[in-house]
Amino acid sequence: MATVKLRSPLRDLAGGNREVTVEGASVGEILRDLERRHPRITGWVLDEHGRVRQHVNVFVDGERVREDAPVASSATVHVLPSISGGNR
Amino acid sequence: MTELLVGTKKGLFVLEGDAGSEKPFEVAARAFPGNVVEYAIRDPRSGRYFASVTSGHFGPRVMQTMDPTGDWEPTTGIAYPESDDWTIERIWSIKPGEADGLLYAGVAPAGLFSSTDGGMTWELNRALYDQPTRKDWQPGAGGLCLHSIATWPGDPSRLALGISAVGVWLSEDGGAAWRHGNAGLVPRYMPEDQWEGTIDLCVHNMHRAPLRPERLFMQFHGGVYRSDDAGETWISIAEGLPADFSFPLTIDPADPDSAFVIPMVSDGDRVTVDGRVRVYGTRDAGETWTELSDGLPQEDAWLTILRQAFDREGEGSDLGLYFGATSGDVFGSGDGGRSWFSVHERLAPVNSVRVA
Repeated sequence: MATVKLRSPLRDLAGGNREVTVEGASVGEILRDLERRHPRITGWVLDEHGRVRQHVNVFVDGERVREDAPVASSATVHVLPSISGGNR
Repeated sequence: MTELLVGTKKGLFVLEGDAGSEKPFEVAARAFPGNVVEYAIRDPRSGRYFASVTSGHFGPRVMQTMDPTGDWEPTTGIAYPESDDWTIERIWSIKPGEADGLLYAGVAPAGLFSSTDGGMTWELNRALYDQPTRKDWQPGAGGLCLHSIATWPGDPSRLALGISAVGVWLSEDGGAAWRHGNAGLVPRYMPEDQWEGTIDLCVHNMHRAPLRPERLFMQFHGGVYRSDDAGETWISIAEGLPADFSFPLTIDPADPDSAFVIPMVSDGDRVTVDGRVRVYGTRDAGETWTELSDGLPQEDAWLTILRQAFDREGEGSDLGLYFGATSGDVFGSGDGGRSWFSVHERLAPVNSVRVA
């Protein structure tokens, strides 16, 4: 079970949880599991095609990755807005 | 008390004031700081507020609340099928329908979603999505957007849509089937030998006259039009305007001969003509236009007013008009446009204005 760490506004959508334990062997799978456990987060991190949104960064154990990257069961996953995505 | 929902590049501003006082409105709330608010309405049937919010990080969605000064919650379902390569970029319009709990949302790239549970969940309109021409649809400068949804009072089966730049679409069966309604529209931005039969038609705005629902008014990408046959055919009514390019359009629901526009120079210079901010109104279905500018800036005022940034309140002798510009200025009139006052200055660039 990997641990996903969340910040606002995703934390609020996940019931106020800063950390959520999820299952999956890839980033895409654990983010889908995150959506199943907290349906209000659906569409915020992954788009309708299952891709990590362009201006969201996912780090697995400190390495920035995309949706097809493998995730170990002991991994810590951070989901963060990227510095490129703020509205000007 | 009038409540205005002003969607801006920097969040939603809820403004409250009294048009009769001709004083600036108070900012009652600011929601979604840091996010673009494309559009916001209050559904008068339920009292529920909806806002189309685009996060630079987390994408677009419709948010809802019963109290715009409090917390908002996301609605669900506005997404293209996973198998497609289209991704929702922006939600342009939210419109109450003509049945209990029915609402519509128009999005970019162009698609229609409907809700039958009062706007909490949404479903893609497959008939429009499955149009065989869809992969060839061309965007306007603002994207390939479905921005105008004209319902038919009392009849949920009849709908008209305006898409930039795929013209007018009509349905007589509640959206189960769609056909074009483009006859008479002249796309001057294309070679003349391409005009006949093209669907690359850049509708900028479209409203139906509720007391005579077969009548529609349209601001086109160069042209102002009227239809008297429910959108089948269109005739030009631009004669008498200082320019025929613009985006905003509204009507007086009590007067089926009425329409109001705010002309801008051209598609190459999208600002108010001659640096003067002027609304033009017709009360004879476009035969003549009257300048309505008393109280509006008339010197070196080069404003851009976007397509959803013009709305009305009430009707007839109680008609109020409100519009906002990308300058962040919002103007209002409590007397049908005869005189204007400053509702608020120096907000963020205004995307939309709707009376709650």
